[in-house]
Order: sequence, then C-alpha cells, then structure tokens
Amino acid sequence: MENPYLPYPVRIDDIEIATEDKSLKTFKFVFLNPEDEDKFSYQAGQFAELSIPGVGEIPIGIASSPVEKGFVKFTVFKTGVVTAHLHNMKVGDIMGIRGPLGNWYPWDKLENKNVVIIGGGFAFTTLRSSIIYMLDPANRSKFKNIDVVYGARSPGMLLYREELFEWEKRDDINMHITVDGTDDPDWKYHTGFVPTIVEQNAPKADEDTYAIICGPPIMIKFTQPSLTQLGYKEHQIIMSLENRMKCGIGMCGRCNIGKELVCKDGPVFTLEQINQTPKEY
Amino acid sequence: MKFITIDKKDWAKGIEKSRKTYQLFGPVKDENGFLIKSLEHDILPDMDYYDSVMSAKSILFPQTEKMLCATLDESKKDHHIMKKAEIDYSPRAVVGIRPYDAKAIMLVNLNFDTDEYRDPYWCDAYEATTFVGLGINKPGPFDFSTSTGTGPFGEEGLDVLLADLDDKYLAKVLTNKGEVFMNACEFKTQADEKESQALFDILRKEAEKNIASHIDTAKLKEKTILELHEAPFWDDIAFSCINCGTCTYVCPTCWCFDIQDEVKQKDSVRLRIWDTCMSSLFTRHATGHNPRETKVQRVRQRFMHKLKYFLDKYDQGIMCVGCGRCVKSCPVNIDIREVCTTMNSYEKQD
Repeated sequence: MENPYLPYPVRIDDIEIATEDKSLKTFKFVFLNPEDEDKFSYQAGQFAELSIPGVGEIPIGIASSPVEKGFVKFTVFKTGVVTAHLHNMKVGDIMGIRGPLGNWYPWDKLENKNVVIIGGGFAFTTLRSSIIYMLDPANRSKFKNIDVVYGARSPGMLLYREELFEWEKRDDINMHITVDGTDDPDWKYHTGFVPTIVEQNAPKADEDTYAIICGPPIMIKFTQPSLTQLGYKEHQIIMSLENRMKCGIGMCGRCNIGKELVCKDGPVFTLEQINQTPKEY
Repeated sequence: MKFITIDKKDWAKGIEKSRKTYQLFGPVKDENGFLIKSLEHDILPDMDYYDSVMSAKSILFPQTEKMLCATLDESKKDHHIMKKAEIDYSPRAVVGIRPYDAKAIMLVNLNFDTDEYRDPYWCDAYEATTFVGLGINKPGPFDFSTSTGTGPFGEEGLDVLLADLDDKYLAKVLTNKGEVFMNACEFKTQADEKESQALFDILRKEAEKNIASHIDTAKLKEKTILELHEAPFWDDIAFSCINCGTCTYVCPTCWCFDIQDEVKQKDSVRLRIWDTCMSSLFTRHATGHNPRETKVQRVRQRFMHKLKYFLDKYDQGIMCVGCGRCVKSCPVNIDIREVCTTMNSYEKQD
C-alpha cells in the first residue's frame, strides 16, 4: 500500500485573484508525473492537502470538477502560515498535493432528484465543482431541477463571477445570486442574506428534493430554519463540515465530532447524522 | 504451547546473543524513573522494575519522528519533491514490556492499520518488533488492568511472556516471532507444558489478588454518545484540570499527533510529533474559531474518546488498559477510574 502521507508533486500552472480584496486566489496545479493525475481521481465534494515542503499542509476543498481534465484547482483564503506562504508563490513553483481525501456529495442518491445548492462567501469551491459536474452534458440528464443560491458580502467578493453570470443565462439551472449590499446601480441580482433568499426563492421540499449547504457557521445556522420552513427533512439537508486537520486520513485524532472523523467519515454529512453527534465543529 | 526455562545466570549471555539480529529496547532507570529505551551496547533491561513512567508506545511511535524530507535547493533536480525519510526497520525486540502495554499496542494498531489507509511508519515498526513481556507478580495500587481485559499476565499482543521465578524465568512462547527471538538468545531448555501452564495460572491468580481497584464498563455501551456528552457531570470532573496533557503523554493508548515542517538551511523535514487533546491549539481553526475552546470540552473529549467513542467505533472494549499511569501522574488527582464509574452509572433524568 502506498504511503498516504506522501504528496504527489505538482507545478503551479496558473494563479488567479478570485476576489476584489485579493484575500482569495485560485491556484491551478498540474501533476509533474502525468500518471499521478489518474491516481488522484476524485468526486465533487472531496478535499485534498496542499503540501508545501518546509512550510506545512492545509486541507482545502477541490474546486475543479472531475469532468475537467489535465489540472486541479483550489481557491484559497489567505489566513494562516501555509495559506499566506501559498499566496506569495509564483507560477512554475513546485509543491505537493495529497489526496483526494474524505467523502463526497452523495451523487448516487441525488440521481433523478431536484438539487438545491446553497453557498455563502468563499465556501463555494466544492459547490462550483458540483455544479460543473452536474451541468456536464454527460451528466445533466441525471438530475432534475437545479437551483443555486449563492451569496457574498459584495459583488466583488463573489467567487467564479464569470461562470456565475454564464450559468445565470442558461435555462437548465436556476441561479439566485445575492449580495449583502452593493452601491452598484446596475446590480441585476438579489440583495439580502442567504437565509432570506433561500426562503423566498428555493423550491419547496418534496421527497425528491435535496439541499446541499456550504458556508460559514453563522450562515448554516440561519439557513437551517429557512429550509425547515420549506419542508426539508433532516436527511434531505446535506452539509460539508470543516475542522482543523493534520493527517486527513483519520489517524491524527483532532477533527472528530463524536466518533465520526470529519476528514475521513466526512466532510459531507446529512443534518440527520450531524444531529446525532456532539456539535464540535 | 512451548515453555522454556531460563536460568538467570544465562540471561545476560542470551540477551547479548540476540543483539546480533535485534536492536533491543527495555526498561532502564534514569533520573526520571524507569523508561522503555533503546538498550545501547551492554546495557541490559532492568527486569526488577515495577512500572515505567512512560509506556512502550514510543518504540513504534516515537515522540518525534521524521516522516518525509525534501531539498529546497532549486539547483537540485528534485527540489521541493518530498520523499519518505529513511528509517531503520531491521528487527527489534522490546524485552520486559508489561502485558498492559502490549495490549495497548494492539488497540493503537486499530487506528494506524485500517482497511482504507495504512500508516507505514507505525505498521512497519510494528512488523519489525518482537514483544517479550514480563508478567507482573505484584501489581501496584494504580493497576486496574484486570478490568480492561488484560491483567498482570495478559498475553494479548505479546510474542513471549516471561514469568519471574526468582532464580529463573519461565518463558511462554506465544508466536513464531517469539520463537525466533528465543532461538536468537539460544534459550532452549524446554519445560513441561502442563506444569508450566499450571505455574503460570498460579502466578496469575496470586497477582490478580493484589489488584484492589476495579472499574465497571458494562453499561457504557448502552448509553448514547449524546446522552453522555450532554451529561451534567463534566464541569465537576474538569474543575481541577490544568490541561497540562501529562495524562495523554503517559498513556499507552493515546495516539494523537501533530504534523510540523522544519527547515535547516536548504533541507526540509516533515515531522510527526505527539500531540494532546488537552491543548486548545489541537482543534483551533485558522480563523480563530475553536470547537473545543474550553477546558471542560477538552477534558470531556479525552474521556469520551477513551470510554465511549472508541468502544462504539471498534467494539473492542474501552481505549484504556488499566495501567494507572494517568492516575499516578496527574498533578490534580483526576482519576479515570472515578470518571468511568460516573459515566457507567449515569442515568439520564427525563
């Protein structure tokens, strides 16, 4: 068996500033050994450890989609030692990626279902991966209606803006883009917090509808009542959690919520599962 | 089962012979008390020890261990490409390990050797190691190992179990690995199987009589995680705790670790270091948010992990072997036996 701590070597192929305040950048990586790309076969919702020799590792959701080939993408918020170092790295630099890690959104279960995607702030990375996956011509027919509620503080803080506005024009996905506030008189989309937009725009729940939520704890907390009001049951609300991690493979012991390890048994859980564990996230 | 008699006069010679094929580890005394350490040169395991301050887990899981290394020198072709650190996995033997410590290694193995992932550092060390146990004739006041499925003459996790019979050792050879080690020592005097087993049984019963403290874990399984997690007693249990982490370091079953990078000139290493759930940094997010921010939450995590989460996850009993080290070492007298009793007897009031 391979050493699960040994990262695949990658080269930074492109760096894009993702938000107007420059606190987020999207890194595109290419594997140095092409065969590693096959080994790094992933599903939308999984994460990986970005590994910088001499600096450390960080667990980050995979923003590229399994249907995008030849590279992997991660959008990273500058906040600690490793992320700050990464933000200062250049195209062509060599580092490592370890993964894919964790479970993923339950794509089998979501087939022939309506899917409502709810995201806030920079927790939209694995959701982007999911949307690209579902909209792929080979996959779109597997899902019924797709609704997306995505909000950020201001228009310039929305991730993947060009893609969002492209999706907005399509008729096979219902976009509900919102910002907390804006002074842009030409802003064509919603204004208001995510929970309110969910309440006003998300489809009412039936047996065939599932919601996937990813966002800061406060957004998740206030979105749950909105979904409950729309009739979503605990098993129909799917969430992706974050906790401090080191190993990413269920061994180092810190990311647990009860007996579940967020890194290995998660990060994706249904609200029903989460309600049976201590809320230590 | 094969039994071998070893005259104590031949002990040192035999142990010396094994050095040709084994790196040896065993109890030695230093200014901190007994520790299980590498037995360099002609140092023999001190078989008269009572118990060791630290357990034998460090033989497989060192306090600090190099995992990976990489050069940061950009003139080198493989710069910034990590490689596994070179570690010596030639055969090693721990001589004089206590039965509860061997059992602890079996429990930790559940964490590091799984269907999904195999931790190569632990697993390779585990495979390279022969465990030569020493039964405890006179267990001390902190020992409650009979309540945790091991006891002073427990055999689980051992390759050989020795019984100290004053002028000689009687060795019960439990595995092929154990047999190979005994051969390397040239300990060959076979003893009668029936008699020897009878002797072991007597010693075990005598030793078990000395164990005065017991814990009851029977009712832990039937309670839900949330019931115990939300129970009202955690504030009282944690009240005196100073979060020093001593309990986690001395514990033979605590396996939590941190991963850190270090750089010296152009060489980087990635290290694995023992960590402790008693530290607030253990779970603190980069944003500052901390799911186990308070002392009470951390103390609860330690006991819930040992006495409930582990039990529910593996169905192999609790994650405690009854060595009593945490009880003995705790500066504020927090006692896992009392906590276990509190948890086991807790009935939720409706």
